[in-house]
Amino acid sequence: MRYAIQKKGDSRSFPPGDIFLAGTVAADDADVALYLGLPPVADLRKKAVLVELTTECLAEHVDEADAASTNVLGFARYRNGEDAPSKLVELVRLPVTEAAAVDAAKAVFEAAGFTVVVCADQPGRILDRLLRPKYNAALRFLDEGLATAQDMDTTCKLGLGYPDGPIERVTRGGLRHHHDVTRALFETYGTAAYAPPRLAVAAAKRGAR
Amino acid sequence: MSTAIKTVGVCGAAGTMGAGIAIVAARSGFNVVCYDTAEAPLAKTVKQTEGFFQKSVERGKMTEADRDAVLARFERTTDIVRLAACDLVIEAVFENLEVKRNLLAQLAAVCRPDTIFGSNTSTLSITEIASGCPHPERVVGMHFCLPAQLMKLVEMSPGILTSDAVFKAAWDWTLACGQIPVQTQDKPGFILNALLVPFNNDAIRAIEAGVADAKGIDTAIKVGLGYKMGPLELIDLIGLDTQVRLCEAFYPITLDPRAACPPLLRRMVAAGLLGRKSGRGFYTYDGNAMFGA
Repeated sequence: MRYAIQKKGDSRSFPPGDIFLAGTVAADDADVALYLGLPPVADLRKKAVLVELTTECLAEHVDEADAASTNVLGFARYRNGEDAPSKLVELVRLPVTEAAAVDAAKAVFEAAGFTVVVCADQPGRILDRLLRPKYNAALRFLDEGLATAQDMDTTCKLGLGYPDGPIERVTRGGLRHHHDVTRALFETYGTAAYAPPRLAVAAAKRGAR
Repeated sequence: MSTAIKTVGVCGAAGTMGAGIAIVAARSGFNVVCYDTAEAPLAKTVKQTEGFFQKSVERGKMTEADRDAVLARFERTTDIVRLAACDLVIEAVFENLEVKRNLLAQLAAVCRPDTIFGSNTSTLSITEIASGCPHPERVVGMHFCLPAQLMKLVEMSPGILTSDAVFKAAWDWTLACGQIPVQTQDKPGFILNALLVPFNNDAIRAIEAGVADAKGIDTAIKVGLGYKMGPLELIDLIGLDTQVRLCEAFYPITLDPRAACPPLLRRMVAAGLLGRKSGRGFYTYDGNAMFGA
């Protein structure tokens, strides 16, 4: 499956030097079009049109009721803040997305060695939706003196077999990044679990990582 | 790490957690009095414990002589008075406040004035449990993880009235057992369950909301974060009915919406889908093999 990348600025999924970027072909020769940092251009001649998402929904780029959107999907390669991107690609489909477009998108990423999970077009997709409230809770527990950061991380590593604890992970990824993601989720969901915690708000206001 | 504790009592020793704690204590050189209310389950635990140490011998982790020495440290009883000589008694009985309070009242009546009482509760307040004891300063939270004989972590929580000396003595004992204690405040779920129960509920709600299926969610967590197990796989392992009980323990205390039991979870339990133990939960199991539901 040949793909063509249209790109503006740096991509969170594929930072400069990422081998995936080198696989691009000319737009006319591509089966799949990828837009990184650019709004997608509808093109039903392509098997799939993919747009990289950050905190936004795919429906912010295309009308999910539009017949021209049946081959448009969103995607994000999961990345914990400034950590290196993982091998996971969250592929976002709309209610109107055709199965053939999903298959084509999966084929592109799986051929490049990524693991693809398909999810609905909801804020936070799978991982930010699940992880940000947990990190918020851990940061609030820290404020409340439930335990030290080290003991919270040790508990998760020893008790659950996690490779790292929630405090070290969210701190390593950057509290400001966490703030930005969870604030976007909070604005959409409006539930307290997504409200940015004090430590993240403070980091954002002082311009820290 | 030195400790003045020589003899340890375990209440609820016929249960999975109690039996594991007894193994931890005995293999670390402590005499262990295993107490439970019925003979038959205790007898069953004896065989399981012997089997555990026999496997250790077969794997070259201990000699036969060491195995025999460890097994000789166990005493089993259904008579609570036999706990009288214990320096530390750890309760791992049914997760119910009244049951634990009543047990502590009985223990206080038979044990020495300086005996330390540890509670393996994972959800209840240490301070509330200690209120059943005429000596609440002697009660400390000691939450081992399942299976206790394999997991190093112990969440240690002082109640409001727990004395510093008691907490330190219990802490030093866990170190003497080769365990790794972490200190938490006496709050619902301590660290582990306070983070895990709402997280697992969120994963169930993501299914309810149509974000992705169980396999997609678990794959995302495992590949994205390097976890060994996804949240839905974990719920299947611990039991969907157990997750319901955890929700019912946490939500009334915390009123945290994330701790409330997701409707899908209740419906699955009502349908008999309890996870691995029933053969089907978020996944379907055929023996030990796992297939996407």
